[in-house]
Amino acid sequence: MKRRKFDARALPGKAAGQLDDRFQAATPLRKLLNKVFPDHWSFLLGEIALFSFVVVLLTGVYLTFFFDPSMEEVVYDGSYAPLRGIPMSAAYASTLDISFDVRGGLIMRQMHHWGALLFMASIVVHMLRVFFTGAFRKPREANWIIGSLLFWVGFLAGFTGYSLPDDGLSGTGLRIASAIMLSIPVIGSWVTSSIFGGEFPGTIIISRFYIAHVLLIPGLLVALISAHLGLVFKQKHTQWPGPGRTNDNVVGERMFPRYAIKQGGFFMIVFGVVALMAGVFQINPVWLFGPYEAAVVSAASQPDWYVMFLDGSTRLMPAWELTIPIGDGYVIPPLFWPTVVLPGILVMLSLAYPFLEARYTKDKASHNLLQRPRDVPARTAVGAMAVTFFIVLTISGGNDVFADKFFISLNAMTWAGRIGLILLPPLAYYVTYRICLGLQQHDREVLAHGVETGIIRRLPDGRFVEVHQPLGPTDEHGHGKLEYVGWVVPKKMNRLGALGPAVKGFFFPIEKPVQVPPPAHVAIDPAEEQPVDPPPADKDKKPADREEISSGSR
Amino acid sequence: MSTDIDTTTQQHRQPAQVSLDDPRLTSFDVLREGARRDDIEIVHYEPPFPVSGTRAERRISRFVAGLFLLAGLTATAFLVVYIWWPWEYELGTGISKFYTPLLGVSLGLTLLAIGVGILTWGKKLLPHEVAIQDRHDGPSSPDDRKITGGTLTYMVDELGVKRRPLLGVSLLAGLAPVAAVAAAPLVGGLIRDPHTDNQMATTGWEPVETVGGGTELVRLTREDGSPIRPADVSVGGQMTVFPGIPGGHTNRYADSPTLLIHLRLDDARTARENNEAVGKPDYMWGNYIAYSKICTHAGCPASLYEQQTNRLLCPCHQSQFLITDNAKPVFGPASRRLPQLPISVDDEGFFVATSDYTEIVGPDFWERP
Repeated sequence: MKRRKFDARALPGKAAGQLDDRFQAATPLRKLLNKVFPDHWSFLLGEIALFSFVVVLLTGVYLTFFFDPSMEEVVYDGSYAPLRGIPMSAAYASTLDISFDVRGGLIMRQMHHWGALLFMASIVVHMLRVFFTGAFRKPREANWIIGSLLFWVGFLAGFTGYSLPDDGLSGTGLRIASAIMLSIPVIGSWVTSSIFGGEFPGTIIISRFYIAHVLLIPGLLVALISAHLGLVFKQKHTQWPGPGRTNDNVVGERMFPRYAIKQGGFFMIVFGVVALMAGVFQINPVWLFGPYEAAVVSAASQPDWYVMFLDGSTRLMPAWELTIPIGDGYVIPPLFWPTVVLPGILVMLSLAYPFLEARYTKDKASHNLLQRPRDVPARTAVGAMAVTFFIVLTISGGNDVFADKFFISLNAMTWAGRIGLILLPPLAYYVTYRICLGLQQHDREVLAHGVETGIIRRLPDGRFVEVHQPLGPTDEHGHGKLEYVGWVVPKKMNRLGALGPAVKGFFFPIEKPVQVPPPAHVAIDPAEEQPVDPPPADKDKKPADREEISSGSR
Repeated sequence: MSTDIDTTTQQHRQPAQVSLDDPRLTSFDVLREGARRDDIEIVHYEPPFPVSGTRAERRISRFVAGLFLLAGLTATAFLVVYIWWPWEYELGTGISKFYTPLLGVSLGLTLLAIGVGILTWGKKLLPHEVAIQDRHDGPSSPDDRKITGGTLTYMVDELGVKRRPLLGVSLLAGLAPVAAVAAAPLVGGLIRDPHTDNQMATTGWEPVETVGGGTELVRLTREDGSPIRPADVSVGGQMTVFPGIPGGHTNRYADSPTLLIHLRLDDARTARENNEAVGKPDYMWGNYIAYSKICTHAGCPASLYEQQTNRLLCPCHQSQFLITDNAKPVFGPASRRLPQLPISVDDEGFFVATSDYTEIVGPDFWERP
């Protein structure tokens, strides 16, 4: 019998056939490969959050191999001489070991911390993008809610992780957290003693935070992130308005190969930036703070950046204690308002915002096209107000540092924060609103009168006027007929192709200047093309038009 | 091969099914047919280098290849540093200080080189395309809605809760406690009475019961446990003291750290008058006064002592307390005085606390007396 020849080239096809026999994968796979994604730089902000989350997961798993979440008292005997012989918790000692006695442990710890900070930062920036472009509107309210929850769950993940090393700084943070729990009316003391297993600090809080930090919270994060991505996939991404782009289609690239490759490259870059930061910039040098002792703290003790706004609100809160004269009298301490009530309101406001806006504007339609912030001045101004509120609080969270570095009275900083918190957000609202209107007006102006060419022409009666290049056909008064379609209006001649493309090559030209095609024939990628672009016939004429006008003016 | 398709003609073309067995089909035709079956029109498809092998194309390939090789190089550098660079901690300066920065730079460059390489490959060498996909994000068809809704209604009817109300009531009444069963062990295991042994009102300063049945006052001690004589604190000076009991300086007595202050003569007089006004005439000893160090706001140590203004400042939230006026909060978010520890000097000339704090130490809470 003839032995069958082994055909290596047919192997992938055969294997794929075998797989499809069993899993019927070809049809869904085709749909996946073909899925179209719109492209814009601002759509990558959420990806930064996703990728830094992956970095944090990977480095976090590494750290668990060396970290001992125990508050048992040990005497430090590691490499870091200044702390040798000092009694401390096993958690703190093992954090020092990761930093000094585990080869390459410090960079993993710093990558974990920087990755976590980047995770929170990119969530916030991504959220601002979604907010200011109206991407949260129907049908995407659910994903907005999931995203808002992700911020708060990430906040918890950050805080529990920050507390684990049990160093001087994080112990103080933990003490403040226990005071915040204590301040809750009626159940405060019960909540605190249940969580801490008795009086602060007890001996169990680090192990409880540990399991929350490495299992419960990451599990919740993974679930929420999966739901978030799943909804983006199901509902398809929003897109900017543009040629051929409607509310009912997606214009972009298919997922494979180009889009997926770009995502992969971007992941590597996020990973690389976190690694560089972790190597070059020190973060949370716990060995300088010493073990936590109830009696020790220093000025300029700030939490991670995303907690600073709550620190700020706590500092700005006046000492308003509420006494309830029932029985022996009960107390609501001032700490309760800025640390429990304020975050509660913020959570509720952000969750409810899509519905509040829809109710206010009576808008029940589905929206897949994004809005430019200037086109929705009220929302943009509300967003500016929120950002201002957050920034005033964050600055107040570090007001002792500002007072110290700029030689300002600390009390003056506090008062400036209190007054600023009330005055600045409305001011930001007003200014932003006016700026939006101004930008809108300028867009309309360019559409009506054309782009400024910089060419001054003298009229027969002696007046000087600037020549404007209309963007499209004009009516009998010389006004452009193009409508505003919610996307960038070109405002410079260069954007109309008046400038030839640059000669390629960074250090030396890689093409001869004569090879450069004349401006009129430059292929414009429809993805980046402006909707207000005139029809092709006009486009060809444009440079000539301009030439005529300018020669006439000479 | 440039496949630039005019948008207008493309959209009006009949979606004729292409026979996939047609031998004239190129693989791109197959791809486009697949896209079409997913309601995708590829309206613009333009390879960046229609003629292969141009200088520009080779330059980009060289660039990408160079980046991948660079990644290999820096990755090797990472390994070399990881294995052979001295990494163990030493005091002062030394090349071991560069261990983490070198790891970070080599790892970062490796990943960046791979990332930029992949991105350049994808962006510069792969065809630019514009594809349009229909969204289909309207509601389900009216028929489907009706069918699903009807099915659900029918199933609810089948259960017959309406006809047999007893079932519904008993289900709720019977299963609600079962749901609570799931939560009970966790809540029950965690819950702790905060008032056990009156722990919120007692600190390490509570006089210790001796073997004879009497009580012994607790000494003010330093962190190392040594007792303190009045002469140890200079005028205008202050010292953090801990209860002189076993483990008194540890976090087990996190409410006990106390600030012992030696006031100047005038300030001491003011403080004494203010003390008498609130019925604490014997809390001070001479010109010495002791306040809890634990801030009544959020529990940080209120440890920054401003000698000139006689204020204690808590560095966490900047509450300020006037120590000549019974530690009244004068600025910031704290609303309650720092508790004062009644002190005296025992027969051997060491400071003792004459009793525990008479007010609650630390942050406020709902049922604080």
